[in-house]
Amino acid sequence: MKCGIVVFPGSNCDHDVYHVLKRVLEQEAIFLWHQDTSLRECDLVVLPGGFSYGDYLRAGSMAAHSPIMAAVRRHAEAGGRVLGICNGFQMLLEAGLLPGAMRRNRNLRFLSVDVHLRVERNDLVYSCGYRRGEVLRMPIAHAEGNYVDTDAALDELERAGQVVFRYVDADGSVAPAANLNGSKRSIAGVCNARGNVLGLMPHPERCAEDVLGNGDGLALLAGAVRGPLLGRGGDEWRALVEGERPAPARRFDATPDRGGRAGRLAAAVAGSKS
Amino acid sequence: MTAPGPPAPLAGEPLVDAGLAAEHGLTPDEYGGLCELLGRVPTYTELGIASALYSEHCSYKSSKIHLRRFPTRSRRVVHGPGENAGVVDIGHGWVAAFKMESHNHPSFIEPYQGAATGVGGILRDVFTMGARPIACLDSLRFGDIDGARGARMRHLVDGVVRGIGDYGNCVGIPTVGGETGFHSSYNGNILVNAFALGVCRRERVFTAVASGAGNPILYAGSRTGRDGIHGATMASEAFDSESEAKRPTVQVGDPFTEKVLLEASLDAMRSGVVLGVQDMGAAGLTSSCFEMAARGGAGVDIDLDLVPLREASLTPYEIMLSESQERMVFVTQKGQEQAVVSILSRWGLQASTIGRVTDDGRARLTFGGRKVADMPVEPLVDGAPVYDRPAAPPGDLVRRQEDVAPEAPDDPLGALKRLLGTPELGDKAWIYQQYDSTVRSNTIVGPGADAAVLRLKGTPSGLALTSDTNPSYCWLDPRTGGRQAVAEAVRNLATAGAEPVGMTNCLNFGSPENPEIAWQLRECISGMADACRAFDVPVISGNVSLYNETEGEAVRPTPTVAMVGVIDGLMDLGDAAEIHRLLGCGFWRPGDRVLLLGNEGDEFGGSAYQRLLYGVEAGRPPAVDLRAEAALCALLRRARRTGWLSGAHDLAEGGLLVALAECVIAWGLGMRGHTGASPLSLFSEAQGRALVTLAPARVDDFFATAEEFGVPASDLGEVGGDRLVLGYDGGVVDGAIDDLRAVWAQALPRAVG
Repeated sequence: MKCGIVVFPGSNCDHDVYHVLKRVLEQEAIFLWHQDTSLRECDLVVLPGGFSYGDYLRAGSMAAHSPIMAAVRRHAEAGGRVLGICNGFQMLLEAGLLPGAMRRNRNLRFLSVDVHLRVERNDLVYSCGYRRGEVLRMPIAHAEGNYVDTDAALDELERAGQVVFRYVDADGSVAPAANLNGSKRSIAGVCNARGNVLGLMPHPERCAEDVLGNGDGLALLAGAVRGPLLGRGGDEWRALVEGERPAPARRFDATPDRGGRAGRLAAAVAGSKS
Repeated sequence: MTAPGPPAPLAGEPLVDAGLAAEHGLTPDEYGGLCELLGRVPTYTELGIASALYSEHCSYKSSKIHLRRFPTRSRRVVHGPGENAGVVDIGHGWVAAFKMESHNHPSFIEPYQGAATGVGGILRDVFTMGARPIACLDSLRFGDIDGARGARMRHLVDGVVRGIGDYGNCVGIPTVGGETGFHSSYNGNILVNAFALGVCRRERVFTAVASGAGNPILYAGSRTGRDGIHGATMASEAFDSESEAKRPTVQVGDPFTEKVLLEASLDAMRSGVVLGVQDMGAAGLTSSCFEMAARGGAGVDIDLDLVPLREASLTPYEIMLSESQERMVFVTQKGQEQAVVSILSRWGLQASTIGRVTDDGRARLTFGGRKVADMPVEPLVDGAPVYDRPAAPPGDLVRRQEDVAPEAPDDPLGALKRLLGTPELGDKAWIYQQYDSTVRSNTIVGPGADAAVLRLKGTPSGLALTSDTNPSYCWLDPRTGGRQAVAEAVRNLATAGAEPVGMTNCLNFGSPENPEIAWQLRECISGMADACRAFDVPVISGNVSLYNETEGEAVRPTPTVAMVGVIDGLMDLGDAAEIHRLLGCGFWRPGDRVLLLGNEGDEFGGSAYQRLLYGVEAGRPPAVDLRAEAALCALLRRARRTGWLSGAHDLAEGGLLVALAECVIAWGLGMRGHTGASPLSLFSEAQGRALVTLAPARVDDFFATAEEFGVPASDLGEVGGDRLVLGYDGGVVDGAIDDLRAVWAQALPRAVG
């Protein structure tokens, strides 16, 4: 799958996403420039984390008006895959491609810490590699991740099943202490009604390799490039991840060892190019 | 192109004489020498330039004579001290560029901007070498933060931590480690030392050299404003009651501009048309132009009318001394200016030609068509005065070093909890959770461990980073303290299996004009240099921060050491999915044996036990046996390479019991064991010791290897359970991990309120 990672001035997770897509999952990956007007036929568009334009007005607000965003909007409206991570999620909110808004974290400080997430639905391309209710561990690193909307809008969001990830404790229960940034209803990630646009604050690209001590994020990015559209469920992905497959030779520029869970998934995705 | 004849004063400028020179911090001799060098009285602009170049910060005039003791070469060193950052070969075609710098004075006056611009400056030092920054460390020292008297200090802690975080997080460089200490000697003068490391292919290294007569000099980045004027001079003076008024000399940072400047500069350097790069740090345009020209044996002609300004009314004096942030100078090949301008404009940055390189070794500055400065470059930069300041041990040294017998603890568990509950030994998560530590997706072991460990994408290697110093040891005996700081850094790297490849440092001291401080500086450097030679670690860059004192009260001598090590063959250490736990410092695998390595002994001079529990800071600091330290480190590296170890943790402040507590807290897995030590010895800070864990099947092999290396080893017990249980001579320490964690985790949040 051809993947495009949009580089805005101030993006700083662009290289990390590129590394996972290109080196770990062995997909065709290119950088797109914020002033481009074409997505150059990319199937997946990633809006990466960082501080686009310094986040000086509001996080993601200037980026949402970049020339490339018109093309991103058309892509999303046509059902194309758009993934916004951290600052990218904030851009999707500012651009109106996802509902809601962000406030400063509850403690008014930047938070760099591992959190637990519960997978609320696994019928999306992005989440089909997980079990429903599965608890994942991922790093967050943001100052404005306190998701907010009106109660009516949140009710509608819940009803439509657009909450994809929620902050939970290690046992998978929603708890104020586990909702560090103070998001309404512990919301960590939401999708649009059609399910092709996903935004989340945690960083799956930073926990997609066994050597980093956590491979929980890889299935999300693997799903984004290889996952079936709506409705297939996670079973065949589970089989890929948990099945016995011979580990390829050690490669130092990618996942150094494919013996772990993330390693097996990476091998499966890289080995099953369509 | 410039008018002939000597430069003349501009209308409205103050008259230059010995009095004005003294106000600029020049001694009568320095001023006399300057007049002689020029053959006339300097202009106001020239006086400003000379005062910046002669400042302690730029000239190292009081420390140069001692710094020469450091070893600076090894087979790995590509660039030693003198460049913006030192560069070492880390194998597989890659090099690492790194340096540490202080931003103490600005951070005390204005903590948020002071600390933020400290990070900005050190990042620019690294990327001007052509290296992409991939990691930061921060070493911070604060004063008393308790009670009503600590209110100002809590404000400083908060501001510094926010400043470092907001800058580094925005630029996207992870802060992967560091250290934070508290001591009343920093009440009037905190220390903020920032370290950055970048990597690039060996053939891509750049240097800050102006060469090739006629080549254009380009100015890039932010416009020049009035902020930070005379920052370098301010950083070379002690504080007094007037210091508040110096707030305008603190620069204001813009991390977003830094980020685009970083990307644009790396693009420009890759384009092949750039010959030399230098950032404008301390002393701004003055030091960048003069230092670049000096390195190239060249001169420069600069037209100050072409320097982009924030407001038109800036004088030449202000333009040359402004420390506005996020500015760079490029020297390009003749006719290639436009290529650089286009690369920068793609990133939304402006670049303009402000002058040319010349071949006559002089710096000529014009403004409004008139010559305002015409000075020889090399004598001002390399010929700055060098002082061998009178040095003498403090009068009370003998009394200071008299042993005060430590009181044995009635209740070792209670003493442990009190230690873990101090900000000094408590959890630092409140600080490092405000720093992004995982961006760039290389962090295997982040903040809170002995050494941070990063994987190096595209190679089988890992990098280990640590920063260390013990100011109390240095105060009691600066030579031993200097040795200890280096030895502890090497030991911390060895616990991760890393071979040290280079070191940088920040030497934070009081006024060198005080013979006692000059003595501290000389002795500390001697001790560090001895240890560097013993471990074969070159010093490749560094920074000296003197005049850290307020109203005559100097800080504890604080020679911060930051060291970088290479783990060649990261995957040899164990299974990929377990490496982050293997390399951390906690117990995680039930059934593992816990071994204590190194010589036991009672060492309490400057110890955390005496200092934090009894308020005693006296005696001789722990002896440092460099040979024994080297043997321990060699054993640790060997055991790592063979894949035997499931964990390793060095013994430092607080001794054995604190180290064991840290190990059980890390993953919430306890231990049960026994030692023959006395209750007091549980808190001894005898050096050259470490804990290791390994599977029972490996223990015999390990003991045999330890014997081969001449390192004493003893089996303390077994990993397991949810308590720390350690029998000692006369009793048992038995504490629930949850209780230990609770006091440890709350120590800092409670103190900072």
